[in-house]
Amino acid sequence: MTTASPSPAASPSPAASTSSASSSVYADTACPPPTGAATGPRRRRTLLPFSPWHLLLAPLCLLFAIPLIWLLLSSVMSDAEINRFPPSLWQSGIDLEGYRYVIGNAMFPRWFANSLIVSLTAVASNLVLGSLGGYAFARMRFAGSRILLALMLATMAIPFQLTMIPTFLVMKRLGLIDSLGALIVPSLVTPFAVFLLRQFFLSLPRELEEAAWLDGCSRLGVLWRIVLPLSRPALSTVAVLTFLTTWNDLTWPLIAINHDTQYTLQLGLTTFQGQHHTRWSAVMAGNMITVLPVLLAFLFAQKTFIQSITSSGLKG
Amino acid sequence: MPRLPTPVTLPDRGEKRSPRTRTRPFLALGKGGTAPDNPAGRNRPGRRIRQETATAWAFVAPSVLVILGLSVVPVVWSLLLSFQADDLVTPSRWVGLDNYRALAQDPHFDQAVRNTLVYTLLYVPLSIGFGLLLALALNRRIRLVGLYRTLIFVPFVISAAAQGVLFSFILDPEFGAANAVLDKVGISPQGFLNDPGQALAALLAISLWSGTGFCVVVLLAALQDVPPSLVEAARLDGAGRLHLLRHVVLPSLGPVMVFLLLWQAITSLQVFDLVYVTTKGGPLGSTTVIVYFIWEQAFKNFTAGYGAAAAYALALALLVLAAVPRLTRSVRDRTRADRHLEGAAR
Repeated sequence: MTTASPSPAASPSPAASTSSASSSVYADTACPPPTGAATGPRRRRTLLPFSPWHLLLAPLCLLFAIPLIWLLLSSVMSDAEINRFPPSLWQSGIDLEGYRYVIGNAMFPRWFANSLIVSLTAVASNLVLGSLGGYAFARMRFAGSRILLALMLATMAIPFQLTMIPTFLVMKRLGLIDSLGALIVPSLVTPFAVFLLRQFFLSLPRELEEAAWLDGCSRLGVLWRIVLPLSRPALSTVAVLTFLTTWNDLTWPLIAINHDTQYTLQLGLTTFQGQHHTRWSAVMAGNMITVLPVLLAFLFAQKTFIQSITSSGLKG
Repeated sequence: MPRLPTPVTLPDRGEKRSPRTRTRPFLALGKGGTAPDNPAGRNRPGRRIRQETATAWAFVAPSVLVILGLSVVPVVWSLLLSFQADDLVTPSRWVGLDNYRALAQDPHFDQAVRNTLVYTLLYVPLSIGFGLLLALALNRRIRLVGLYRTLIFVPFVISAAAQGVLFSFILDPEFGAANAVLDKVGISPQGFLNDPGQALAALLAISLWSGTGFCVVVLLAALQDVPPSLVEAARLDGAGRLHLLRHVVLPSLGPVMVFLLLWQAITSLQVFDLVYVTTKGGPLGSTTVIVYFIWEQAFKNFTAGYGAAAAYALALALLVLAAVPRLTRSVRDRTRADRHLEGAAR
């Protein structure tokens, strides 16, 4: 986890971290220091064996973590323990009754599979269609390309609630309502994916592509063999953000799906909570199942996540 | 959970920077025969251009079809719907401006607009303010910064549905942990999401819990981009900590701040999932926000035309909001240019 932080490896001891914050560090151009108000040259050593900032940061961060810790704890409590008032933090043991109920009696496995199908299809198709479209807009000249690109960019500014009612009607005409198709089709490709990949392709040097082109490689071949292998960062940004938004979406499944065999996890969890709000341990177990894939993906690929989110906002 | 952080709100300087020459095909098309394996006959310029155009269209066609088909068509359809009475099942009936007239007099819509504005006006400054303070605190070389940043950011990746379910449990008036903690410190139990006076504030707190991390991460990245030479120069000139913050660090955050302001405003004006999961607009309509109102009209009361009219009203508000920074910037640029000219004339 600490690998993603900007510097902890560079400061093996608190004393070292204090001294590295002195102004001498600015001579080291290879490693730009964090800028801000705290690294003043007049900083004095304190009596504490650690930076006083921990006294502020640790409780604050705990505040952010407590709800999630409570989620984990309550999902392995028995209902008797949960309904005790006030609830006790220290429980007698791990009780998996909630998980058993959710997996055995409710349709959480089915919903999990539905969510996975929708999200992974969206990721794959955004990567494929986004790359094709982005490459054509970046490197190929064809009639109407500028107008098309401008139009696609403009659609990003359309708020979803403006299109949601007619999109429902379109999906109804297509006969897709109440099927996973209704969830997949609108997320097949986003203007964001096309535009982000186009910007990235523009930043690549043309020489390699030209060489392959001269050697008789087709456009598709150039894209597949030369461009895409160089575009890992942009592709992973598209993958991460597509997965995050489709997995977490509730609004559209709520509109497009009625039958519980076609629910996604978010919709299933919401409905399940409405029907079982006295079985909190089961609800929290279901919640845990809903949150876990994204949480695990985030913890394992934290760097990619954070880079995706900052870069899409700042450099896109 | 906001939808994809789109770069549309940013000044698209990247667009202008890509000159026409970059979109030219690899080879000068008129000079056939440069590609060694192409027989001369296949290299007539017209044919290559046609081929190139066909390939390009094949590449973009799926994206264009999906994106424009599911945006342009619905936008127009939505506009038409807003002049109709439609229940999503039977054929609709043209009613002219009646939907908009009814909207202007609907106390529920009025309440939804007010709730949304209160929520937005509190959420945007608070999330960015807390975000800035946390980012400044985290922007230093101490141990565990990575862990701190992770903990603050994690709630952002959790879906609004999961947040809503979790917090309806924590804030449950009878069995919730929040009231248990209040009980320990001697405060009487609160209604939270069940209390019309507190529900919106509770929603705000949940959104801040999950949304502040986004601001922190974006601001942290921007803080690390502040040129060290600038900081060093200011320090050599004897600037203290506060001076450095006030005159060097904060001004360099300008563009990011504009992005965050717009982004947070747009996401909070469109809040829906969390409201649906926790309060369903209640109690007593105290948490009905605009998008919830639209959804309720279209998919619960089956008055889709009325919902579409409300959606258009919201879209107009968002458009104005997105246009403001552009306008102010162009005005500022113009005045700056004027001043510059005056200076030159003198």
